[in-house]
Amino acid sequence: MTLTPVLTDTWDKARSWRLATYERAGGYAGLKKALTMDPADLVQTVKDSGLRGRGGAGFPTGMKWGFLPPPDGGPRYLVVNADESEPGTCKDIPLMLASPQHLIEGVAITSYAIGCDHAFIYVRGEVLHVYRRLLNAVEEAYKAGYLGKNIQGSGFDLDVTVHAGAGAYICGEETALLDSLEGLRGQPRLKPPFPAVAGLYARPTVVNNVESIASVPGIVAKGADWFSSMGTEKSQGHGLFSLSGHVTRPGQYEAPLGITLRELLDMAGGVRAGHELKFWTPGGSSTPIFTQDHLDTPLDYESVGAAGSMLGTRALQIFDETVCVVRATTRWTDFYAHESCGKCTPCREGTYWLKQVLHRIEDGAGQEGDLELLLDLCDNILGRAFCALGDGAVSPITSSIQLFREEYQAHIDGHGCPFDPSASALFPYTPKTRTPGALAGAGAGGH
Amino acid sequence: MTAEPLETTTKTRYDADTLAALTADATAIMERYPDPRSGLLPMLHLVQSVDGYVSRDGILFCAEMLGITAAEVSAVATFYTQYKRHPNGTYTVGVCTNTLCAVMGGDAIFDELSDHLGVGHDETTPDGAITLERVECNAACDYAPVVMVNWEFFDNQTPETATALADKLILGEDVVPTRGAASVCSFKQMSRVLAGFPDGRADEGVGAGEPTLAGLKIARERGWTAPDADTGSEPEGTAPSSTQPVGKPGSSAERKPATPSDTEVGKDKKPGEDAK
Repeated sequence: MTLTPVLTDTWDKARSWRLATYERAGGYAGLKKALTMDPADLVQTVKDSGLRGRGGAGFPTGMKWGFLPPPDGGPRYLVVNADESEPGTCKDIPLMLASPQHLIEGVAITSYAIGCDHAFIYVRGEVLHVYRRLLNAVEEAYKAGYLGKNIQGSGFDLDVTVHAGAGAYICGEETALLDSLEGLRGQPRLKPPFPAVAGLYARPTVVNNVESIASVPGIVAKGADWFSSMGTEKSQGHGLFSLSGHVTRPGQYEAPLGITLRELLDMAGGVRAGHELKFWTPGGSSTPIFTQDHLDTPLDYESVGAAGSMLGTRALQIFDETVCVVRATTRWTDFYAHESCGKCTPCREGTYWLKQVLHRIEDGAGQEGDLELLLDLCDNILGRAFCALGDGAVSPITSSIQLFREEYQAHIDGHGCPFDPSASALFPYTPKTRTPGALAGAGAGGH
Repeated sequence: MTAEPLETTTKTRYDADTLAALTADATAIMERYPDPRSGLLPMLHLVQSVDGYVSRDGILFCAEMLGITAAEVSAVATFYTQYKRHPNGTYTVGVCTNTLCAVMGGDAIFDELSDHLGVGHDETTPDGAITLERVECNAACDYAPVVMVNWEFFDNQTPETATALADKLILGEDVVPTRGAASVCSFKQMSRVLAGFPDGRADEGVGAGEPTLAGLKIARERGWTAPDADTGSEPEGTAPSSTQPVGKPGSSAERKPATPSDTEVGKDKKPGEDAK
C-alpha cells in the first residue's frame, strides 16, 4: 500500500499556512462547488464518501450531520474539536500549524451543509503558535470573502470564533467541550440528549474532529467515490498515521485506512537500530496495546476492533524491548487520575486507587493479589461513568496485564522494576535515585 | 451584564486605567459569543495577561463582568491547569512526562532541570524567571522528548539542551522555539494572545518540522500521490455526488461484512493477513 498525501500535500510548501499558498494548490474549490449545491446533497455526499470521525470514535460523519432535527428557525452550531490531547496523538496540531486553511474551508462547507451561521473551533490552550495560525487563517478567510456575510455572493453568512481552552484533557470529550465552551467546568453531560439535539446553548450542534472537517473539502471537490476509492470497504478514505517513540523516522504518514504497522514501519526505517518492537498503541493510550503479533493487522476500524483494540486516533506509539510495560502503564494511569474530571465516582475514585496500586508494584512494594485487585478495580470502572475517560484508563492496564502478566509478576516477586530506564532514552544518562524505587533494591519505595 | 456603573461598584482594586482597559477587552471577548458567559475562559486568560495569575481581583472582575458570583468564577478557574493560583514566572517551562516522552528521556530532563533550577513541579525560581512544570501530552510525540516554554514547542530535547535553554531564560536572553514564533514571549504576553488578541506573529517560524513531513517526503521520493479525481464523468456543479452509484441500493456497499476479511476485498492483502 502506498501513501496518499491529501491533507499533507501542501505542508512542504513555503509559507504553507497562508491562504494564497492554499489557493494556489486548489484550495477553496470545494467551498465554491458546495455553495452551488443543495445542502442536503452535501450531507449525502459526505455520507456516500464513507468518512468516519477521525477523532477516535469513528462515527460516520455524514450520519452525524443527518441527525440534526429539521430547521426550526433558531441557531444551529458547528463546533470543531481541536482539543487534541490523547497521549500519543499528534496529527491535528501539526495540521493546523502547517495548513489551517484546510480546516477553515471544511468549516465553511460543513456549516453551509448543516445550516449553521456561527461555528466555533475549540483549540487546546497549550499550543500558542497553533492558536496564532488559526486566528490568522480566519482573518485571511474573512478578507478573501470565504467567511463573513454573503460568502462568494451566495447569500450564505458565516462567522467563525476560534476559542482557546485552558488545559484539561476531558474537554476533548464532546459534551465536556460544550460545557467548557459555555464558560463552565469541562464536565461531560449525560447522553441523551445528544449534541445533535441539544448541544451548545442547548441548540442542535455538530461536534467534529479537526481531521474529519479538514477531509470534507477534498470529498466535495473530488467526489465521494474518489474518497472511498481509498481505504477498505467499511473504513474508507485517507487518514493521518502518527508514528512516535522507538522508530527510526517518527512522524506523520498519510495513508489509506487499512495499511498495516509493518508497512508503515518499513517506510519509517523500522524500530530504532539494534532494538525490536515490544508493544505499541494503535490509537493512543486509551486503546488496548498491541504487540508484534499485530504487525499485519490492517489499521481500519473493523480489523483493529476484531483484534481486541480500537483504531482510535491512529496514534502509533512504538515501544522497544527496553521499555518496562509497568512503568509505561503506571504513567498513563497517573495521567488519567490527573485528568479525571471528578464527576463520576467510579472514575474519580477508581483512577486514584489504580494509581496507588500500580505505583507500589513499580516501586517494589507490590503484594500478591495486586493484579487481581487491579483487574477488579478496572471492572468497577469500565462502563460505569458518563464518558469514556474511565474506559480509556483501564485499557492499558487490562491489556498489558493480559499480554505481559509475567512482567508484572516479576516486579512483585523481585520487589522492584528490573528495567534500567536510561536504556529507553534517546541519550545516555544516569538516573537519579531520588525517586523511591526507580532503581532501588528490594523493599524500597512504597508511599 | 456589562453593568455601566462598574467603576463605582467594583470590588476589585484595579486602578481606573487598568480597569477601563480590562473592561474594554472583556467586552470585546463577550461579543464573540452568542452568550457572554462563553467568554469566561478567554477572560481568565486576559486576567493572567495583566496580573500574571488568576488573582483575587481578577476573579472579582470576571464575576462583575458576567454578573455571576466569585465562587462560580473560582470553580472554573480551579478546573483548568493553565490558570495559575499564584504568581507565575515570566516563563513556564513544561517538560512532557507523559509515558512516551518520559520513556524517551523526559523523566531525565525533568530531573536534571529540577536539580539545576532548585525547584520542583509547579514551583517558581526565586528570581521569578521560571515556573517548572511536568506537563501532559502536548501533541508533539513525533518530536519526543518535548519541552514547552510558554507553550511554544522545543522539540527533541536532552538534559543539556534543556538546561542551556533554562539558563538563557534566566539571563533574559531570547530563546527560539523549534516550531513557533521567532522568540518566546512572556507569560503575560502569551496570556493575552490566548485571550484572543493576536500579537501579529503568526507568520513567524516554520510550517512544519522534519517528522511532520516524514511521510510526505517518502511519497515525493517514490512518486506516490492520492488517486486522481474522476474528471469528465461529472460536469462541475450540476450533478451532486449523491447521484453516483456509491452506497445505492443493491450495490456492494450495502452488503454487511460477515468476517473481517470482507473488509479486505480488493485490497493489497498479504498472506496470513486474515489471521488476527
